[in-house]
Amino acid sequence: MTTMATATINTIIAPMLEYDFMRNAFAAAGVAAIVSGLVGYFLVLRGQTFAGHALGHIGFAGATGAVLIGVAPLWGLVGVTVAAGIGMGMLGERISGRDVAIGVVLALALGFGLLFLHYYTAFAAQATALLFGNVLAVDRAMIVTLIGLGVITLGSLAAIMRPLIFASLQPELAEAKGVPLRFVSTAFLAIVALAVSESAQIVGILLVFSLMVGPPATAQRLVTGMWRGMALSAGLALTEAWLGIAIAYSTDWPVSFCIATLSALGFFVSRGVSLAKANADGHFQGDTTDQDNDRSKSRRDLRWRSID
Amino acid sequence: MNVIELDRVTIQIGGRRVLVDVSLAIRRGEFIGVLGPNGAGKTTLMRGLLGLLPPSAGSIRVFGHAPQRGNPDIAYVPQIRTVLPDLRLRGLDFIATSMRGERWGMPSLARADRIMIDKTLTAVGARGLAERPLSEMSGGERQRLLLAQALLGEPRLLLLDEPLISLDQHYQETVVELVRRFARDRNITVLFSAHELNQLIGALDRVLYLGNGGAALGTVAEVVTAPVLSQLYGADINVVNVDGHIFVLSRGRDVERSDHLHDHDGNGHHQHDHRSHA
Repeated sequence: MTTMATATINTIIAPMLEYDFMRNAFAAAGVAAIVSGLVGYFLVLRGQTFAGHALGHIGFAGATGAVLIGVAPLWGLVGVTVAAGIGMGMLGERISGRDVAIGVVLALALGFGLLFLHYYTAFAAQATALLFGNVLAVDRAMIVTLIGLGVITLGSLAAIMRPLIFASLQPELAEAKGVPLRFVSTAFLAIVALAVSESAQIVGILLVFSLMVGPPATAQRLVTGMWRGMALSAGLALTEAWLGIAIAYSTDWPVSFCIATLSALGFFVSRGVSLAKANADGHFQGDTTDQDNDRSKSRRDLRWRSID
Repeated sequence: MNVIELDRVTIQIGGRRVLVDVSLAIRRGEFIGVLGPNGAGKTTLMRGLLGLLPPSAGSIRVFGHAPQRGNPDIAYVPQIRTVLPDLRLRGLDFIATSMRGERWGMPSLARADRIMIDKTLTAVGARGLAERPLSEMSGGERQRLLLAQALLGEPRLLLLDEPLISLDQHYQETVVELVRRFARDRNITVLFSAHELNQLIGALDRVLYLGNGGAALGTVAEVVTAPVLSQLYGADINVVNVDGHIFVLSRGRDVERSDHLHDHDGNGHHQHDHRSHA
């Protein structure tokens, strides 16, 4: 066993880590994956994945706009996504057609992104990097920035976690118990915006789902309990990100493609597992008998009513 | 001592006056059945008592004070129960999220909390639900879990908004009996809203009928009469008493039962049941 592990390290992992850009890639992807896996857990729990997706697209306009005025794209991304997250949160959760409004703004933002690109033609390579990620080009300074942003993101998440969970599972009761629903949901979307910005540095704006939605959705199907779910979500995101980089290294496929594929694979395998499980213990859960009872009672009730 | 006092209260939602000039007083330990057609203000009344809907006129007093959100003396089971995501969360963990859930920071579960949850689950005969994932529970089991959650922390006033919806008859009786016994043992005041008077008739002390902005509170004999209900419903109402079951009829149609037709609460076989009845 140990000899095999040593052999693996010697022949596969060690050569990869000889390169500076690979060490940087692993470090940056590690930070972003853990942040995305943890924040994504709550995004999936609240059923707000579309909002997360939209934030990425809106961020595209921010990033291209920032370059146009001579600012690093990451800061444009952070500034605009956080502002958009706060805006969405302030609009409130009960506004009907929220998804439609988000969709319209999302398209508008992409349009602006294109406009900014149009005025900055030399930017085509960077545009691809923004949209699809370019983890192999990450430098030391970026890693430090990602760690700093990650600490802020996870610190804020920890600060609102308790009311966030309560408000996500039972909003009506949480409101009655004094949870400021709007503040919590606004703060959460700002946190999502930061996580999206981190994730976009690794897999790109268009593929943030592969780190923020795939792993948590997989985790929520597999384990019982919040802490274990969060840990598994972060662990899966980290594994998929690192494995993706390793596969990309040995195949020369784009990193983001590898990560997106692993993320989808994890999700569908977990679906299969939970479906198979449900089929296997279906007869012992008592659920079916319960429903049968319900039905026969309804029928009895019906008969009684028709006599009545 | 009066637990709840409404003095000429008017509550509006989006410009519509749902309760108009309502005055009533509910004493400690009373089990009040709250009835009335959909939209009559059952939920509005409860949200008013919770401090979520301030009255536009008049005053509400709960335990002698103006209602305030987060009052630990009040337990609440809302009617709209958000469809729970496909989450494998144990019953115990689900309940635990509501304990001091309004405080900032990370969630934690102290030993004392765990013991209290255990005690309450046992009291409502739902101890087995602690370890089971929510996604595998039947409607009745979830309802029992929510009830246990509401009873944590020794509340003095219990607001139950249509807890019988989507439960079959056997579970309905169980829930009513459970609440009645629990409340009586601990002298808890209960407001229990329902669609049918007969669901509660064995348990309630007084009945509160809401309709057309108005309210009538009293014993069944005082309130469930043709003149009182005709005025509240704004229609000719007949009250028929058959073997201890009371039917409220309008032009020969049972108004309480036909109300069910308007409920869309996602429970397949129940909707089917009511549609067949219609």
